Amino acid sequence: MTPSPRMASWLQVAPMALILFCLVLVPLALIITVSFMDYGFAEVIPELLWENYLDIFTSSLTLQLYAQTFKFVAIVWAVTFLLGFTIAYYLVFHVRSGAARAICFAACAIPFWTSGPIRMVSWVPLLGREGLVNKALLGMGLIAEPLSWLLYSEFSVVIVYINVLTLAMLGPIANSMSKIDHSLIHAARDQGATEWQIIRLVIFPLIKPGIAIGSIFIITAVMGDSFIVKQMSGGQINTAVGAITTELNAFQYPPAAAKSVVMLVIVIALVASILRLVDIRKELAK
Amino acid sequence: MVNNNDKMTRRSLLKGAAAVTGAAAGSGVITGFPTIWAQNIKDIKITHIGQSYSTIKNIQEQANKDLGFTIEMQTVDLTTQMNRMLTQPKTIDLADVGNTSLRYFRGKNIVQPVTAKEYKWWDKTVPLFRDGTYPNGQKASLQGFAPIKSQYYTDAKGTDYSMTPTEWLVGVPLYYNADTLGVRPDLVGNVKIDSWARLLDPAFKGKVALQDGVNVGVPDAAMALEANGDVKYVDKGNMTKAEIDQTIAKLIEYKKAGQFRSFWTNFDQSVQLMASGEVVLQSMWSPAVTEVRTRGIACTFQALKEGHRGWYIMMLAMSHLEGLKRECAIEYMNWYNSGWAGAFISRQGFYNTIPENVKPFMTPNEYAYWYEGKPATENVLNPFGKVMEKTGAVRDGGALWDRMGNIGIWNTLMDEDRYLVRRWQDFIAA
Repeated sequence: MTPSPRMASWLQVAPMALILFCLVLVPLALIITVSFMDYGFAEVIPELLWENYLDIFTSSLTLQLYAQTFKFVAIVWAVTFLLGFTIAYYLVFHVRSGAARAICFAACAIPFWTSGPIRMVSWVPLLGREGLVNKALLGMGLIAEPLSWLLYSEFSVVIVYINVLTLAMLGPIANSMSKIDHSLIHAARDQGATEWQIIRLVIFPLIKPGIAIGSIFIITAVMGDSFIVKQMSGGQINTAVGAITTELNAFQYPPAAAKSVVMLVIVIALVASILRLVDIRKELAK
Repeated sequence: MVNNNDKMTRRSLLKGAAAVTGAAAGSGVITGFPTIWAQNIKDIKITHIGQSYSTIKNIQEQANKDLGFTIEMQTVDLTTQMNRMLTQPKTIDLADVGNTSLRYFRGKNIVQPVTAKEYKWWDKTVPLFRDGTYPNGQKASLQGFAPIKSQYYTDAKGTDYSMTPTEWLVGVPLYYNADTLGVRPDLVGNVKIDSWARLLDPAFKGKVALQDGVNVGVPDAAMALEANGDVKYVDKGNMTKAEIDQTIAKLIEYKKAGQFRSFWTNFDQSVQLMASGEVVLQSMWSPAVTEVRTRGIACTFQALKEGHRGWYIMMLAMSHLEGLKRECAIEYMNWYNSGWAGAFISRQGFYNTIPENVKPFMTPNEYAYWYEGKPATENVLNPFGKVMEKTGAVRDGGALWDRMGNIGIWNTLMDEDRYLVRRWQDFIAA
């Protein structure tokens, strides 16, 4: 018995739909339910409680947390975009041999060959008061006292984010760039365009899908991270996810769930608006 | 070890039987274990879960040598341990829980009491745990979650804690210690560190650190704030909402002024902060001080006039244990405090609740150094054999009861924990 075309499509989608339902929608529904409950000492009391959401929407803490998070997102996005674009541009359009390009890409990935915790720990001897950077600056006579804002501050958090996430922006952009037909560039050059004009008018519009994908990576990574913030700020900066983690460690699940739901809505809204502006289907189709 | 006549006869019988059947009796002759004898105990596996300073591989190896059944230790971080105990209690048999987390298990039927009769060493346990007094008769501080607040249950079901001795123990107390601030004497200059208030001293701006989190970081901060005269408390270990508000407001002031360099979350971070000189004064654990010293860097665990921050660890039996497995678990608990493990951990700087048992397992020099506050007559080694203290050194804070006799606050989980966590968020966000 052959199923009708409609039936066939439903059957083909079914396995994935089942997985998504059980592993994504059901847990999500659980989280939403828990976010409305009361709580005691490491226990969730199944009584309706609006307080979790009320606290989120009426306290200035939420504003501070999201302001801090968005600040990080904005700075990291700007810097990784600049770095990612410049490096990708150089690699795709200025490096002639394919082998050299491959080696350079591999080199960009070298930081990730070490383990995460080791990378966190190694920032201290670099940025600390007795660290290499301070020693160098003191030795050169540029400063009189070691700089303490290099470590355990917003600066160190942003530096580590950039270290970890530049590749995430670089990759999609380079990917988009490599899909550009070189004859377009040649044509532009023949028409007398300067390099900057080529970048602005030919390349940039064509790599928008790559930028969009990279941006989505960056936004979700920074908004969803609490480990790097905690480690590099010495526990002195609180972000939206940091607050969730603090509550999870205190076994207060309902307010953590409520904050998670709010965060999810915000991130979905951000990603949806990016996808509105840029059509990435072209990128994924080829 | 003191044995009464009955046990002596049974034990010698067992030893004879063991020698004949060739079971693992070698070390049994030395320690007197195993005392349960059943053909099938070798199939029993006891899972013991705890933190990095209590579940140590060396102890597991020794336990497996001495006992007829298998012990499997698992080391996890605090949050993971709590989660597992609360959501997967059947995967664990015994758990080491500190006073900060005991309250999570009150009345939830996750852990079961151990009767004082089953626990062999109860009568030899230091009085601090038996009735909340010091050997000199004085009552111990009740600020925070003092031992007597969580040692006894009111009944066999474990519904609630009893402040007076009953026969149902919440758990077997293992270790305790008096924590205080760790200091880099070489970087501190000539400021005398004698009070918790030094933590808030502007002379150390940007050079102090606290442990992250409300259960230890806040008691430390409270000690400092009270010593500095910034806030008055009724019970630092169980603050009212108003006291919490004042504490957080003051802390935010200090934070904005740049007083704190960092808040550390794990043992290695605290060691790194101190060893690298990023901080000169911070709340620390004893093994961290030992570790910094083993690296050849001067570090003292400074006794302060307002007292120490006390904590203790108990081994709890999970409620699903019954029959032979429960007997084995209790056997293990008894073994744990019979001296070998206690001596091992004492070399990290923790005190065992039965010093009498520990003494034969340590060299006279070690015992005198760690428990009696006497100068070392030879180099003192850490549990893994590395030299951590040279001859002639005296343990910071002196003898056992000099330190434990001066507790300003016990690690705690406050009634207003919910409110405190919420306000702590404000503090970190500031």
